[in-house]
Amino acid sequence: MTNFPILSLLTFIPLIGAGFILTIRGETEVVNRNARYVALWTSMAVFLLSLLIWFNFDTTTAEFQFVEHAAWMPEFNISYHMGVDGISMLFVLLATLLTPICVIASWESITERVKEYMISFLILETIMIGMFAALDLIVFYIFFEAVLIPMYLIIGVWGGPRRVYAAIKFFLYTLLGSVLMLLAMLAMYADAGTTDITTLLTHSFPPGMQTWLWLAFFASFAVKVPMWPVHTWLPDAHVEAPTGGSVILAGVLLKFGGYGFLRFSLPMFPIATADFTPLIYTLSIIAIVYTSLVALAQEDMKKLIAYSSVAHMGFVTIGTFTLTVQGVEGAIYQMLSHGVVSAALFLIVGVVYDRTHSRQIVDYGGLVHRMPRYSLVFMVFMLASVGLPGTGGFIGEFLVLVGAFKVSSWLAAFAATGVILGAVYMLYLYRRVVFGELTKESLLKITDLSRREILMFAPLIVLVFWMGIYPVSFLDVMHVSVGNLIDQVVSAQEAAGIQVMGR
Amino acid sequence: MMSEVPNLAPALPEIFLACIAMALLMLGVFQKVSDKAGEVRTAQLITKLGIVSLVLTLMLVATVSGGVMSTFGGMFISDPFAIYFKVLILIASAITLVLSRDYMEHQGIARFEYAILVLFATLGMLMMVSATNLMSLYIGLEMQSLSLYVIASFHRDDIRSTEAGLKYFVLGAVASGMLLYGSSLVYGFSGTTDFGVLAAMFSGENAGTHAPVGLIVGIVFILAGLSFKVSAVPFHMWTPDVYEGAPTPVTAFFSVGPKLAAMALLLRVMIGPFGGLIAQWQQIIIAISIASMVLGAFAAINQKNIKRLMAYSSIGHVGYALIGLAVGTESGVRGVLIYLGIYLFMNLGAFACILTMRRGERMVENIDDLAGLSKTHPLVAAALAIFMFSMAGIPPLAGFFGKLYIFLPAIEAGFYGLATVGVLASVVGGFYYIRIIKVVYFDPPIDTLDKPINRDLAAVLIGTSIFVLLFFIFPGPLLDAARIAAASLFSG
Repeated sequence: MTNFPILSLLTFIPLIGAGFILTIRGETEVVNRNARYVALWTSMAVFLLSLLIWFNFDTTTAEFQFVEHAAWMPEFNISYHMGVDGISMLFVLLATLLTPICVIASWESITERVKEYMISFLILETIMIGMFAALDLIVFYIFFEAVLIPMYLIIGVWGGPRRVYAAIKFFLYTLLGSVLMLLAMLAMYADAGTTDITTLLTHSFPPGMQTWLWLAFFASFAVKVPMWPVHTWLPDAHVEAPTGGSVILAGVLLKFGGYGFLRFSLPMFPIATADFTPLIYTLSIIAIVYTSLVALAQEDMKKLIAYSSVAHMGFVTIGTFTLTVQGVEGAIYQMLSHGVVSAALFLIVGVVYDRTHSRQIVDYGGLVHRMPRYSLVFMVFMLASVGLPGTGGFIGEFLVLVGAFKVSSWLAAFAATGVILGAVYMLYLYRRVVFGELTKESLLKITDLSRREILMFAPLIVLVFWMGIYPVSFLDVMHVSVGNLIDQVVSAQEAAGIQVMGR
Repeated sequence: MMSEVPNLAPALPEIFLACIAMALLMLGVFQKVSDKAGEVRTAQLITKLGIVSLVLTLMLVATVSGGVMSTFGGMFISDPFAIYFKVLILIASAITLVLSRDYMEHQGIARFEYAILVLFATLGMLMMVSATNLMSLYIGLEMQSLSLYVIASFHRDDIRSTEAGLKYFVLGAVASGMLLYGSSLVYGFSGTTDFGVLAAMFSGENAGTHAPVGLIVGIVFILAGLSFKVSAVPFHMWTPDVYEGAPTPVTAFFSVGPKLAAMALLLRVMIGPFGGLIAQWQQIIIAISIASMVLGAFAAINQKNIKRLMAYSSIGHVGYALIGLAVGTESGVRGVLIYLGIYLFMNLGAFACILTMRRGERMVENIDDLAGLSKTHPLVAAALAIFMFSMAGIPPLAGFFGKLYIFLPAIEAGFYGLATVGVLASVVGGFYYIRIIKVVYFDPPIDTLDKPINRDLAAVLIGTSIFVLLFFIFPGPLLDAARIAAASLFSG
């Protein structure tokens, strides 16, 4: 297995699929059908291949695995370096899982420019996998930023009425954050003489420099996560994006930020991390409470879920910066379960949107009478989003709260309000959409889930229960890497004479 | 000594190009032409031969080169730095002629003088790049400029084109005058116009020598003259008008050829003879660079005409390239070289897209005319999107690497403020680039542009877009060439 370039294969097979779709010619009908099938089979093949990583992953080491290394720009000491550890591996799988689901979700709802749509999604998959597997700053940055191109087009071409505004806002917000990160990366290169992440992880930057580097990375990751107050692009982007775009955006792209904190901010700038932890806590608490309240007031289902995403990501940032095993593992777990749950919730909105072309909550009500299966699926994910024990959402939130409690009980108390508010707005949404009398004219003939849609939800349902009932299979993967990360950060902080809370 | 024949080998490509341009001129003049069709035929023939001769010159440049060779009493040098720029300039000129063929015929201005003038302008640029004396510098510069003034107004029945030519001529003459005045001041206060002698005055054991004020004033004048030629702020005023008015292939040429040559001059003059005085001119370059980046970013936002937009975009790009010069280190210069090499391809590609904008046999230039291009011309639209994302500096496209290697030396040398302004300007600039993509991809088509597009344009589009798209796979050759070129500038 050591010489088998599995990560490169995973990364670039979607591109080959995209190139293949590009060559399809002929009548529109035939082209559309073929493009869909090629995209589906390519992404399925990538998913099956990515399972090899899952089965061959060594959970006893914090080292990077499946490493590939090739000279790229040797005179600048920049190389193509790929590998995964316990932190990034699960995200790779998340990306490979969600892409085929997106393709299935877009099967009937996308009828215009199907070819380009499928190409965009396959390119997006390449970028997502590459981003999580990159072990070189420049390679990482290229994937991190390249995501703008397909996402801009997906929102702008296949989006809703205000798609242009949303696409440009998304683009500029993200670009602004990431160019500052680019400068920070160049400064790191100037200081350490290499862009290799594994080397940089052991390099210690001067404390004064760490502050600026941390802030520059924060500018980028805070936009991506997104953290309050730079979250405003997210509701717009989500509302206007097509269902598949929303799924990928919520499921994977938001994790870029959380992953970035874990990969860069914590281990590379431990001293600055200690300085800025209160800032992160404050912003996260505001995000949790404020966006939960905002979510409660939303009239648009997608917007509601978008705001709930901001709140859930607030848990992630809190957990990450507690620097406790529970907190960090909880943060990763929360990201994974949020990746599954929010993706599913956007799919759920997409199902009814495809039928009625409305996302307004007032246009629905009493769906349970016509769509029992749909209501069941909706309930599962609604409860997972709330964090009901037995679902994946519970484990993540619980671990984060444990971690937060170790640091400060006030922090845990504030964070816990998010759980309550989460239950309020989700149950309220569910009641308004699913229960009540079925009186709306447009809903009288609405049909229940089709076989395609059941197929799309089935793996997510299995996963959400698996994550809730037997979390060990996922926690085991990350445990050694997280432990190593925390040891590294804490010892660097102690060396600098910083008192660490909660230990 | 005077009777000795100078070594001609280093200047062989220039001599070849000069001879062939004159031969083509003769060929054109003595061609028997009775009607319009004959005129067009002659023009097509000369253009074709012009392209061939540029390619031959390119091959000569590539083969004749080797190490550093100086000739004509130290007025002319052939070193890797010059070779690098000559290759880029010749590529730019050749592509320009390819782009012009169809356009000139359609606009009814197909005359053979056009190709000849492009050849002479190219010759002037090659000489500028190789000049190691203020005299030869000026001669090369004027040769280039005079040819360019004429081709700017080549569409002589069109009021905008003549206006462009006139504006360019008047302002260009002022700039040349400033350059000349600066050179005379430098000569007056130092007693020489030779770059090597000037460099020796302020470096080595003479480092730290106090330069006379008159000399500094002379440098400032030279800087102003050259800034005009690269259209850097505050000497940029002519750019939008000239870009808008000149025939589109000429605009494409203006945006790369003369810029490359003038940047080469700027680098050689500032790093070579005045390298020891970096403390005197560094702030000026920093100010020019920041002003260009910011103006290029903000002024382009409201443009409706795509050629004007490209003018402001090119001002911005010059600002980025100047960061490398402001840093003043070898890696900074290398950054400039890489940046310009990439800029050449993406800019020519973008202009090839603009040249496809024809509706009912008439050229259209408004950005809104591109609406829905992705539905009617998917491949042109894809190419345009590639160029625009690349100019915005989005990886993995080539433009990103240009920015990367410009900002890297700036950060290494501690110019954090300059680099930060640069990246922020690139975000603002990103807005108008993605606005074009928005028009192309998100807006419904109003009125379709003509199709099919011309074969020449298609070839240029495919070539340049493949370069921009796949540069990241094989960045090695360009990076290596730029490294060698930059090293030769510093060793000489």
